[in-house]
Order: sequence, then C-alpha cells, then structure tokens
Amino acid sequence: MKSLLKHRLAWPVIALAALLLLNQIFRPDFLGLRMQDGHLYGSLIDIMRNGAPTILIALGMTLVIATRGIDLSVGAVVAIAGAASCAYIAASPDPGSPVTAATAVLIAVVAGLALGVWNGFLVSTIGVQPIIATLVLMTAGRGVAQLITGGQIISVSNDHYKSIGAGYLFTLPISILITAAVFALAAVLTRRTALGTLIEAVGINPVASRLAGLRARNIIWIVYIFSAVCAAIAGLMISSNVTAADANNAGLYIEMDAILAVVIGGTSLAGGRYTLVGTVVGAFIIQTLTTTVYTLGIPPEVTLVFKALVVITVCLLQAPKARNLLNRLKAAPKPAAKEAAKEKVAI
Amino acid sequence: MSPLSTLTPRTLKKPSPARSRLRGGARYAPTLATVGLFLAMFAVGAGMYPSFLSGQVFLNLFIDNTFLIVLAVGMTFVILTGGIDLSVGAVVALSMMVSATLLQQGWNAGAVIVLVLLIGGGLGLLMGLIIQYFDIQPFIVTLAGMFLARGLCYVISLDSIPVTEGFFTGMAQAQIPLSGDLFVSPGVLLALGIVAIAFFVLHHTRFGRTVYAIGGNEHSAMLMGLPVKSTKILVYALSGLCSAVAGILFSFYSLSGYSLAAQGMELDAIAAVVIGGTLLTGGTGYVLGSVVGVLVLGIVQTFIAYDGTLSSWWTKIVIGGLLLVFILLQRLFARKAG
Repeated sequence: MKSLLKHRLAWPVIALAALLLLNQIFRPDFLGLRMQDGHLYGSLIDIMRNGAPTILIALGMTLVIATRGIDLSVGAVVAIAGAASCAYIAASPDPGSPVTAATAVLIAVVAGLALGVWNGFLVSTIGVQPIIATLVLMTAGRGVAQLITGGQIISVSNDHYKSIGAGYLFTLPISILITAAVFALAAVLTRRTALGTLIEAVGINPVASRLAGLRARNIIWIVYIFSAVCAAIAGLMISSNVTAADANNAGLYIEMDAILAVVIGGTSLAGGRYTLVGTVVGAFIIQTLTTTVYTLGIPPEVTLVFKALVVITVCLLQAPKARNLLNRLKAAPKPAAKEAAKEKVAI
Repeated sequence: MSPLSTLTPRTLKKPSPARSRLRGGARYAPTLATVGLFLAMFAVGAGMYPSFLSGQVFLNLFIDNTFLIVLAVGMTFVILTGGIDLSVGAVVALSMMVSATLLQQGWNAGAVIVLVLLIGGGLGLLMGLIIQYFDIQPFIVTLAGMFLARGLCYVISLDSIPVTEGFFTGMAQAQIPLSGDLFVSPGVLLALGIVAIAFFVLHHTRFGRTVYAIGGNEHSAMLMGLPVKSTKILVYALSGLCSAVAGILFSFYSLSGYSLAAQGMELDAIAAVVIGGTLLTGGTGYVLGSVVGVLVLGIVQTFIAYDGTLSSWWTKIVIGGLLLVFILLQRLFARKAG
C-alpha cells in the first residue's frame, strides 16, 4: 500500500477517482454508459470527448516541458489551424466533398508544422527563452488567424470535416480515437525508442547532454513541432465540432489548461522526468472538474476560482518545500528512532 | 563612496571608467533603439498624415494608455528580478468590477479606491509569498492568480456595470490644460507620478539596487547579504498594487466594470517592458524604457486608427513582430556583452 502511494501517479489518480466518486454520489447515473443509435453515450464519454483537444495539446506540452521549455502559442495555433482549414473549405469550389475536407486537414497540419518549426527555430537556434519565444506567436498568432478569417466567423458545411470533432466510429467519438492514436504514437516513440531518454537528458542538463554528443538542438526542434502539430489537430477538432472558425475565441486559454494538466499529472516544470499517462490523467481531472461544477449545481462562473484553488493546492503539494514540511510533521512524533538510526550510522 | 571602492587598489581603478562607459553604452542600447523607433514612427506618421504632427496626438498617447503605463511600471520591477506576472490583466478587471459594484451600491469613492488598492496589493503579496516560500515558478503562481482574479470577476457579475458616481465621472471628463490648446487628463499626471516614484526607487534606494542584484544573480545577491526574500515578495505586491491603480485608471477611462475587460493586457504590459529594453532574464532594464515601450504600442494603434483601412488585428501582428525584433536585438546585445 505504501509503495503504491509513493508511485508518482498515485495522487493524480486518487484525485480523479475522488472527483468521479463525488459526481456519482450527487448523480447516481453518472458513471453509467448506454448505447443509442449505435453510439456510446454517457457522462464519461462526454468528459473524454470535451477533453480531447486539451489532452492532445497537453501531450505536446508535456514533451516541451520535459525539455525545460514551455509553449504558450498553442492557443494561437489552434485558432490559425481552424481558420486556415475553414477558410479553405469555404473558398473551395466543392465545399462538401471528402477531398476538400482532406485537403483542409492537410493544410491545418502543415500550418501547425510550420509554426512548430518557427518556435523551434527561435528556441533552439536563436536561443530565446521558450516562454518569450512562444509569447511572440501567442500575441501575433491570433492576429494572423483573424487576418485569415477576415475578422469574421467562417461557417462551413462539410459532413466529412464535421465528423473529426463530432463524428463516431466503432461506437466511439472520432475525436477520442484520434487522441488515443496520438497518445499511443507518442508513448511508443518516446518509451520504446531512445527519444524519451534523450528528451529527459536535454531537460535535466542541456549542456551535459550536448557534451555527451547529443544533438540537443534537434531534440528541442522535434518537441516544439510535435506540440504545434498536436495543437493544429486540436484546432481541427474544435472548429469541426462547431463547423466554424472563430479566430478570437477558439482555443482561448487552452494553453493554461494544458499546462495545468501537465503539472497536475506530475511532470515537473523544471524539466527532465515526465509522464504522458499522468498528463492524460491531469487533463481528465480538469475536464471532470468542469463537469463537477455543473453536477454540484455550483454556478459555472465559479469554475475559474475553483480551478485556481486546485492549481495552487496541487502546486503546493508538489513543491519540495511543502513536502519537507509535511514529512517533518510526520517524523516529529518519533525523534528517538531518528537518533537511533543516526547512532547506527556512526558505528 | 561605497566601502568596496575604497578597498580597491589604485592600479585597478584606472581602466575602469572607460570600460564602464562602454558597458554602460551597451546597456542603454536596447532602450535607445526603442526611443529611435518611436521617433521614426512619429516622423513617418507626420509624413503620411499632416494632422499627425501635433502635440495633442503625442499627449493622447499618454491619455489613452495611462493604465498600461502603470502596469508596465509594476511589470518592470517583476521582470527585473527575473520573474513574470501573468495576473495583471485579471487584477485590472477585478479592480474595475469591485469599484463599479461598490460605487453602484453607494460607497464613497475614496473608500472604494483604498479597498481596491488593498485587494490588488494583497493579492500580489499572497502570490509573492507563495513564490518565495514554496519555491514555485512565478509563471504558474501568477497564472493561478489570473484564474482566481478573473473567476472572482465572474462571481461578482457577468454583466457590464456602468459607473455613474460623481468623482469617477469627474476624473473621466477632467482636462488639465497645458500651453495652448493642449491638455492631459488627471490620470496622466498620476501615471507619470508613479513612473517618477518608480524611477527614484529603482535607481536611488537600497530596494531598487536589490531588485537589480536579484535579476543579475540571485545566488550572489543572497551571498552578499541582500534581503532577497523580502524584496522578491515585495516586487509582486508592488505589481499587484500597480495593477489595482491601473484598474482604477481604466475605470476613469471606460466608466464601467466588465469581467471580460483587460483581456490579454498582461501581454501588452510584457511586450511594452521588453520593447522598452528590459532583459527578460532580469538584471538589466529601465522603467523609463518601459514607458517608451508603451508609447510605441500606443503609436501602433494610432497609426491603425489614422489609416482607417487597416483592420484592428494588424495591431496584434505588429506588436508580435516588434516583440520578435527586440528579442533578437537583446540576443545580439547579450552576445556582444558576453
């Protein structure tokens, strides 16, 4: 039991379970799933579906944070990707065809790729602090998205495009399947090849990893590209779910949610060790939190206050100083044992 | 004379003036570049639009950006220590909401202002304490502060609340005449007063020198026996206080409270500080530079307003572009100095 509690994922999982339990108590049918028209329905599915863009972006963010970086531009990338694909569909001669939808997806992913290359270039080649380098795109990116949409909300009607965010496949929402696929890909690439170790090495000590013959520059480039492409796919999901591109509000504050998911999941902001599973759990916690606010009948306005308190609590629990304090409180009742241990060492 | 210089042998003293002048020049360079940029933009504007070259256009840059100037002052302190404060925009909105609500309920304007200042300063102090004592990154703590402040705004009201109270409307309409037809608003004088105080504090007090020392090298500052802990906490309290003042100034300007107001203003404040020549790694920068940074942002908006055909989103793109240029400039200067 004790060793289980010491596992780094223990606390996030316990928090998620407690949240789900709380919901179950207040709404007995909360955990239930049912089939309807060949689709799975239920609160859990809703949580996963609504959380899919956040999970995707948080996955990318995890790897960026593992290299001691941060990517603030993901919200802007979401807006640009949605704007670019919707603008293409709206302007194409055959707005309903599958080819148009596929091209739009390709455009969004390529846009994400390009923006990731740009961020990676600033961070790795120019050597700008990650928070500042991505701040540039965060500021300018929304302007670029508005430039693409002409300041208007572009609505599209393409059933194939709509299915990315709102469609079903094998009884499950497609957005969940896409997210699961990206997660599997990231997990396999970073845990079954050396890439994960290299990312951790760069995060723990960039200079040492470079001296060890590691191309830290390329690793950094890869993580920013991955993050931006994840954001672009999330942008596709968000815009296809509402079949419109809103340059102002698509993905607003999603970078904050993603960073929170990463931190709650147990990845340290100081870089180095990271956990993709923890991030997914963290994103679920955030999404469940939003749902809980509704279930408990708390006015939705309070969600942000609630989130702020959770973040602070989690950060305090993770802070080494707070942990030391807790440990000292725990150790305080038996100072004799400590003394004994010291003597043993002395002998 | 500091005790250190009396200990320095004379032989070592000789080459130092020339060297320090050179280093001083490099240190001023980003800020001077900003001043140059501002003058160039003003000149281009004057060339394109005859009415641009007037004293009032220049003064309007101050009148329309009083709140941003005050925010940039607070942000300069934080960034000089190597930190960052993402909560400022939300604290501005919270200050506006609190004052609008309380004024609507018939509170005295003076009491409202004092309360708002206490809330802003208290929030900043709280964030500073958490950052210092739990050793959590400023970025994450102030992010949570932003959520908290924005959330409290939503709790107060989701609707826009108008301000009709006498003192606030009086401040909104008051014009202080300068020579000729020129005038400024009382808010401008307040903002410039805060700039002057900040300038004095940063360059002529022990606290200010400690701020620079922490940004230069926190560990060294600690080993030198400087009050690193209290200074770091105080810097965030100051930033919170500045945000509250900015919120009141913004209330004077807009005469309303709205929970979605001042969204993204933290980015504008950070951009103004960076464009003004303060290094984001801390230790180098000037509060006057930040003021020029705000003026540059203001002139970009004036340009777009004058042009008429350019859409508002160009502001964001241009600010992003300027941010990029100045970051690259900073890298260049940092490399030369290194």
